[in-house]
Amino acid sequence: MKLGSKNARPAETRSGWLFVSPVIIILGLFLVLPILLAFWVSLSDWQGRGSPLSPGVNFVGGENYQQLLTQDSLTRSDFATSLRNNLYYVLLVVPIQTVLALALALLLNQRRLKGLSFFRTAYYFPSVTSSVAIASVFLFLFAGGGSINALLGIFGIDGPNWFADPRGVLHIVLGWVGIGSGPDGPGPTFMTSHDFLGLTWWDWVSGPSVAMLTIIALVIWVSAGGYMLLFLAGLQNISSDVYEAASIDGASSWRTMRSVTVPLLRPTLFTVLTLGLIGTWQVFDQVYVMSKGNPGKTTLTPAFLSYDQSINNGEWGTGTAMSFILFAIIIVFTAIQTLVLREKDRESGGLYSRMRRFGAAQNSNQGAGVS
Amino acid sequence: MSQTSTTTRPAASRATASPSPAAAPRPHARRTAVLKALGYSALTVFALLYLFPFVIQVGTSFKTDPDATANPLNPIPSQFTTAAYQSLFQQDFPLWFGNSVVVAVFVTLGRVFFDSLAGYALARLRFRGRGAVTLAIVATMAVPGVVLLIPKFLIIKQFGIYDTYAGMVVPLLADAAGVFIMKNFFESVPVSLEEAAKLDGAGVFRTFWSVVLPIARPALITITIIAFQSSWNELPHFLVSRQSPETNTLTTGVAGLLTGALGSGNRYPLKLAAAVLMTIPVAAMFFVFQKRIISGSLEGAVKE
Repeated sequence: MKLGSKNARPAETRSGWLFVSPVIIILGLFLVLPILLAFWVSLSDWQGRGSPLSPGVNFVGGENYQQLLTQDSLTRSDFATSLRNNLYYVLLVVPIQTVLALALALLLNQRRLKGLSFFRTAYYFPSVTSSVAIASVFLFLFAGGGSINALLGIFGIDGPNWFADPRGVLHIVLGWVGIGSGPDGPGPTFMTSHDFLGLTWWDWVSGPSVAMLTIIALVIWVSAGGYMLLFLAGLQNISSDVYEAASIDGASSWRTMRSVTVPLLRPTLFTVLTLGLIGTWQVFDQVYVMSKGNPGKTTLTPAFLSYDQSINNGEWGTGTAMSFILFAIIIVFTAIQTLVLREKDRESGGLYSRMRRFGAAQNSNQGAGVS
Repeated sequence: MSQTSTTTRPAASRATASPSPAAAPRPHARRTAVLKALGYSALTVFALLYLFPFVIQVGTSFKTDPDATANPLNPIPSQFTTAAYQSLFQQDFPLWFGNSVVVAVFVTLGRVFFDSLAGYALARLRFRGRGAVTLAIVATMAVPGVVLLIPKFLIIKQFGIYDTYAGMVVPLLADAAGVFIMKNFFESVPVSLEEAAKLDGAGVFRTFWSVVLPIARPALITITIIAFQSSWNELPHFLVSRQSPETNTLTTGVAGLLTGALGSGNRYPLKLAAAVLMTIPVAAMFFVFQKRIISGSLEGAVKE
């Protein structure tokens, strides 16, 4: 890059800027400028009439943010509910999709099996399909009288009415062990008498609702295929020398996987977890198509609430403020994850650390972008 | 095709890749056979899990409404009918399909042209500010898309292009990931051909258009596929850039069909038929260009 400016020739400078200008103009107008305008709206009292830049619109500072986080209101408890829902969603989706993706990749990496590209295609196909089309399939599969309940019926299980069931999964489980008076009744008094962001402690520990489980199942099913490809690319970057060394040391295949393969996949694992975290905090399409936040607001997510609050309720100030809080959440979680994984990496200097370093060198030599 | 090194690397490294971790130094034929059988059964179980929903989808779309609700697990219609498809074609479905085609074609053309122009400039032309431009484009990739929903709505309204094809197409005409796919490609191609063109006195754009672009075919196909697929499947952008029924795309139209006033308890064949039809174009593309889609999606996911 430094070379570029030193050797710049006027003719190339002119055409260089000419060549990049369409992309810069489009990204500037529809990515950078919108963020600035929305940030202004989140600091203003604009009510959706006329332009947010018209003279009648006033600067109100952090009032919208304050209202969302500290003032007792329906908006605040809705926002807290959406954060709770999304948190449980992230806690289930990210680990399960990562493990499933890794399992699929390890299966597909068995050199002695043939016809693997058929299976790879099958697992990846949902990833190229429209979220709306997939949602329509899942709406049928999980309908009250749908395929999943018919399947459960074969085993004598009476499946729930998935999309209409707002009961929290943890509430159901706690009810079994006698805590709280069942999922529909109130919880223990010490939990219902305290609240955080306008939501009682009891509401916070609800777990994902039965309805949310369908969205969780859908997303894991769809996204595992994409992450599987990342793991496959990572696996193919591991040099065969490493495995030879392990087998000379007499390591069993399970031991080899645990101590050689998985540690060497660490960079890929990091990528998958980061992309997973960023993606799951943004869940919107499935909520919009399948539930619109229902039943009982248990599938409400910040992304959908921000849209609904702005476009349908005309509460633009708090709606845009939600987007920016969501942005901050995504940045914070990604940062925490980076720190935690780095820390772990420093601690572990175990048995095959020499190989790991060797493997890392291999990765950078091949320069494959994936890891 | 030898220039496709960036897109075919996973496949190439596969040839030199290790034997599987399960490989033991002394081969035990029986143990190997058992492991193989286990491997195939696991693969098959997952394949069923991944394919059966699509089988049910296609099968149910040819059923009658009562048959769909009575036998949700059996994909074979007891009475084969194309009523769902006929009904779709009497509604707005063809209009949605047309809108999706128009939008996807323009977005794809725009991205192929603009992304390769920018990618070429960042890879080859030496100009003041190139480093800063590269950084700025990388930075835009870090912005989570969903955070942009309301902001995009505001700016599209502000520009007066709300509920127009312009508002639906123009904001999607460039994407940072595509620029970097092109940039990486051009960096992997030797400069000799361009030098020859320059010696012949061709200008920068002329060189780009008639010498560079033809070589870049593999990367251009990758961009074409990714752009078409992502604009065809796009939902949120069309929720905030338009509202009237005439500008519905397949995604917004079918989403309305799914949550419509007809209630969720019925008309499954109709909804699933709509889903089948909207899947066919991307599915066809996927099966033709599978390898490229897979390597392209890896490159798109990776940042500098």
